[in-house]
Amino acid sequence: MPPTTGPFPISRPWKRWAVAAGLVAGFLAFFWLFGGWSLAPQVDLTLSNGDEPQTLDPAMATAQLDGRIILALFEGLTTRAADGSIVGGMAESWEMSPDGLTYTFHLRPGIKWSNGDPVTAQDFVDSWERTLNPATASEYSYQLYYLRNGEAYGTGKITDFSQVGVKAPDAQTLVCTLAHPTAFFLELTSFQTLCPVHMPTIKKYGRDWTKPGHMVSNGPYVLKDWRFRNYILVEANPYYWKPVPVHRMKVLPTSNANTTFNLFYSHKTDLILDTRSIPATLVADIKDKPYFHANPFGATTFLRFNVKRKPFDDVRVRTALALALDKHDIVTKITRAGEPIADTFAPPGYKGYTPPQGLGYHPDEARRLLAEAGYPGGKGFPDVNLLYAIRGSGPQQIATEMQALWQRELGITSIHLRGQEFNVYLNTQQLIDYDLSLSAWIGDYNDPQTFLDMFVTDGGNNETGWSDPQYDQLLATSENTVDPAARMKILSDMEKILCVDQVPIVPIYFWVGMALYEPGKIGGFEPNFVDDHRWGNFYIPEKKP
Amino acid sequence: MKPFADFYTIIRRDRFLMACALFVTAISLLAAADFIVPFFHDAQGRSYQLTGYAYDAISDASLLKPSWAHWFGTDVNGHDLLSRTLFGAQISLFVAATGTLVSLLVGVTYGMISGYAGGRIDNLMMRVVEIIYSLPTLVLVIILITTLDAPMAHFLKDAGITSVSPRLVLIVLFLGLTEWLVMARIVRGQVLVLKEQAFVQAAHALGQSHFRILWSHLLPNLSGLIVVYLTLTVPAIMLDESFMSFLGVGLQSPLASWGTLVSDAAGLINPVHSYWWLLFFPGTCMTLTLLALNFLGDGLRDALDPRVKK
Amino acid sequence: MIALIVRRLIQAIPVLFIVVTLTFMLVRSAPGSPFASEKKIPKEIMDQLEQEYDLKGPLWHQYAQYMWKVAHGDLSISTQYRNRSVNEIIAQTLPVSMTLGALAYCMALGAGITLGALAAVRHGQWGDRTLMLLALLGISIPSFVLAPMLILFLAIDLGILPVAGWGSADQIILPALCLSIPFAAIIARLTRGSLLEVLKLDFVRTARAKGLPEFAVLFRHALKVAILPVIGYSGPAAAGILTGSIVIETLFGIPGIGPFFVLSAENFDPFVTSGIVLVFSSFLIVFNLVADILYFVVDRRVRLE
Repeated sequence: MPPTTGPFPISRPWKRWAVAAGLVAGFLAFFWLFGGWSLAPQVDLTLSNGDEPQTLDPAMATAQLDGRIILALFEGLTTRAADGSIVGGMAESWEMSPDGLTYTFHLRPGIKWSNGDPVTAQDFVDSWERTLNPATASEYSYQLYYLRNGEAYGTGKITDFSQVGVKAPDAQTLVCTLAHPTAFFLELTSFQTLCPVHMPTIKKYGRDWTKPGHMVSNGPYVLKDWRFRNYILVEANPYYWKPVPVHRMKVLPTSNANTTFNLFYSHKTDLILDTRSIPATLVADIKDKPYFHANPFGATTFLRFNVKRKPFDDVRVRTALALALDKHDIVTKITRAGEPIADTFAPPGYKGYTPPQGLGYHPDEARRLLAEAGYPGGKGFPDVNLLYAIRGSGPQQIATEMQALWQRELGITSIHLRGQEFNVYLNTQQLIDYDLSLSAWIGDYNDPQTFLDMFVTDGGNNETGWSDPQYDQLLATSENTVDPAARMKILSDMEKILCVDQVPIVPIYFWVGMALYEPGKIGGFEPNFVDDHRWGNFYIPEKKP
Repeated sequence: MKPFADFYTIIRRDRFLMACALFVTAISLLAAADFIVPFFHDAQGRSYQLTGYAYDAISDASLLKPSWAHWFGTDVNGHDLLSRTLFGAQISLFVAATGTLVSLLVGVTYGMISGYAGGRIDNLMMRVVEIIYSLPTLVLVIILITTLDAPMAHFLKDAGITSVSPRLVLIVLFLGLTEWLVMARIVRGQVLVLKEQAFVQAAHALGQSHFRILWSHLLPNLSGLIVVYLTLTVPAIMLDESFMSFLGVGLQSPLASWGTLVSDAAGLINPVHSYWWLLFFPGTCMTLTLLALNFLGDGLRDALDPRVKK
Repeated sequence: MIALIVRRLIQAIPVLFIVVTLTFMLVRSAPGSPFASEKKIPKEIMDQLEQEYDLKGPLWHQYAQYMWKVAHGDLSISTQYRNRSVNEIIAQTLPVSMTLGALAYCMALGAGITLGALAAVRHGQWGDRTLMLLALLGISIPSFVLAPMLILFLAIDLGILPVAGWGSADQIILPALCLSIPFAAIIARLTRGSLLEVLKLDFVRTARAKGLPEFAVLFRHALKVAILPVIGYSGPAAAGILTGSIVIETLFGIPGIGPFFVLSAENFDPFVTSGIVLVFSSFLIVFNLVADILYFVVDRRVRLE
């Protein structure tokens, strides 16, 4: 008699095997249906873009990685060539009035949305209205404040959009009237916030309009599939105004830099675009490899002082700390990607811009100043906190180094490290509830003003409590100066006040934009200062006719 | 105390357990020495260091392999790894010990009250344990640490305590509060048995207060069991702390614990160039300590358990 | 038994309620806005955002609005991933984590029981000692140390398994393996200890006396009884696998619920955090209930024998 007792009430052996097989089959079915198992789609190129994008809505995006995908799906009046220069996108030509206040754009004939609808100038007017409208809650809407009455509409002071400086006299022409001359306006029109969106789609689907299958876009690619934190699939847009060389691309999100590198190393991904996805300690070892590509990048890491709190209300103390910081040590030991040291704030590389001479590294002078301020040899220096954001291991390592460097050069032992989660850190900084803060800034567009206009009195991104009427005045003057050379000179003078005379901040180093790809595998990817590589420019060399 | 004498005999008999006990003692003594030595200063006012380097002293010798100058090599900032490992020993053992203390206090008190009270109160208390057991406690700890970090910093600042990191306090507190459940259950079980014993009944008859009975009669008889589970909680907390460090919720630089050292090093493993010493030395120290503690706890538990015959 | 189930399910409700409340309150009270960004946001926009997400006004009001939604099955919208509802996020990521966890648990059971039984059979000999040492090693090495080393060795040096990612069958093996190791170790220890005791019992001696082959004695009779503590362990094991999967999913780039949870806690996204805590807790409560029932059933049958 087969045993009928026991905890498993199945008596016959073959039944047990059947149950087991059933369970395995059930498991596989579950995996297939819900677990994200897929027969890998054939793609021409696989990219690692950094983490999962927060949104693919051009009006709502704030992160650089979101912007990259959006700028593959959408296109504004202008776009960028592979070398970073501004070229025509939806607009094929434009004129600027002599006073710099009016731009007239002529749209390319025959441009269409990915569902065949024509792209008209009115699309731009409607999209910009949506972005500026306070109800949309677009965090980058301030980019449209350069339009006349843009700020008034964006803050809700006026509710009639026809007063804002953008008009579509006919379907092919767009006329923009600015609040004051803006040298970088054409840069702004290539940025994702100023891309047009397909309003009927938004009206129909509301918040879900960015999902694959719903989204209608006008850029080189369309959104084919979007599996959350798994991959994004984009395919060439048949309605785009010129042929798109790479037909299908897969975008992989990863949050861990080492995992991303492992994927590249095992040839599972072809291109790592996101500088933050490349582990810093690895850089020194792969710097000489053929697949490593670096270019100067318009971003700066710097230190903020809270100028309203002792002892940093004394300019001598601030200058002393600036002079005693061995920035060379930081870029060779910690960041290791060959970053240039920064003695001024706006990165060099902007056309026509010559930064002033910065403070440099003079520890003896620093010690003298510190003694003069009342803390000889660092004695009596009050307890202060150096705030940094916990974002990978980079900021922590840099802050650790800075603390130790100041201790070594100035004898200050009372600087304590204070690491906070990124969101908490942002909040603390915005409330100016810190003593010292390790910060970074990535330029929004290709002009030094994106760096220098931060520090006006009560500027939203100032966050130091510093205020200098002369600085504010210089900025206002520069905004009304049409001659590019004269304007750049004024900006350079502003830098001198910022980095040499008053020192509310200490620039530390300029970033290096890094990308990993096998040369010869991808074309159309060139180093450029804004680290903005439009996917529409990519091609695969052996496939190019 | 009787149980400790028993333990000593048990350990002495088994050579392996003896080795484990010695190892743990040795590490603890080293950590203690590393803590005490910097309090002494030389003629110039600089403090002595056990290894010759301060744990937070940077240098240009970044990422060097182990050498005579640096026995364990150096890390990115040029810190000497041996010094950091010893400092890490201090912190890891401290966190594990105090966390265990927290879980001891809560667990033993809870278990004793529950077992002694019996009946409905016991039922209710054990049901609470049951519920907490089924919660993803480490997940909640992550939230607690992330959200209470800044308030705790303010609290410490107002209280004038500047030398203690708010993270340290939070980790010790919350990890201790996640690991007390097992202790509570075990203690309660034992109390249920003990309170039926004759000497307890006698104490009742003599009119002794409940507190007196708990403290003078029951507790001594629980001490053996408590020691065993203490030895098993310490490694659990050490492991939890390293887990927190990996997720970025642990201690901050320049403080170091084995957990942070190991998780930082694990983040540096890549196919191109491995800085193997960064992982190997702290990792081995941590693993060996965990192993030794687990072995010790196992051995003591087996010895105490009347059912297991050698 | 029915009483047990009913009691458990009823007491689950206040527990979940408390847990979700605690999470929501904590996350909302933390100093840091879920909408914080490096570029300062104008006040009007911030107000609008808060309005849209029902995060405006006094905390009680926000809480009440949220709980009302939850009661209707709507877990609200993520403040990080602006166009995704929490329901959608969990629906897409939970099955992934469950698949991974289920496989890891099966691996842990299979390897753990086998090795534990082997150790018990070789009790006192070198095999026993070695296996138990391996088991302790499995518990003492954190997964975020073991995983990169295994990736380096198996995936990169030997190239037999993929490095990371999700979607094909071979991509699930290494992460499940790494996840399962500490639990396999604990199950092995439990099995060994329990089996050692069971093998001394009378009915085993009887079975041997009857002339049954050792293999049958072991697997037909003894193991069925010895497995009880392992069943009892499944509750804490599930909790452990859940937390362990956070690390594994981060390291292997798996689109599961784990790394996403840490991100949302760090970004003070109250809806995703509370939603995930709700899901985790519900899952654990149900799992514990099932484990307890199974234990009860097995225990009773064992007693009957």
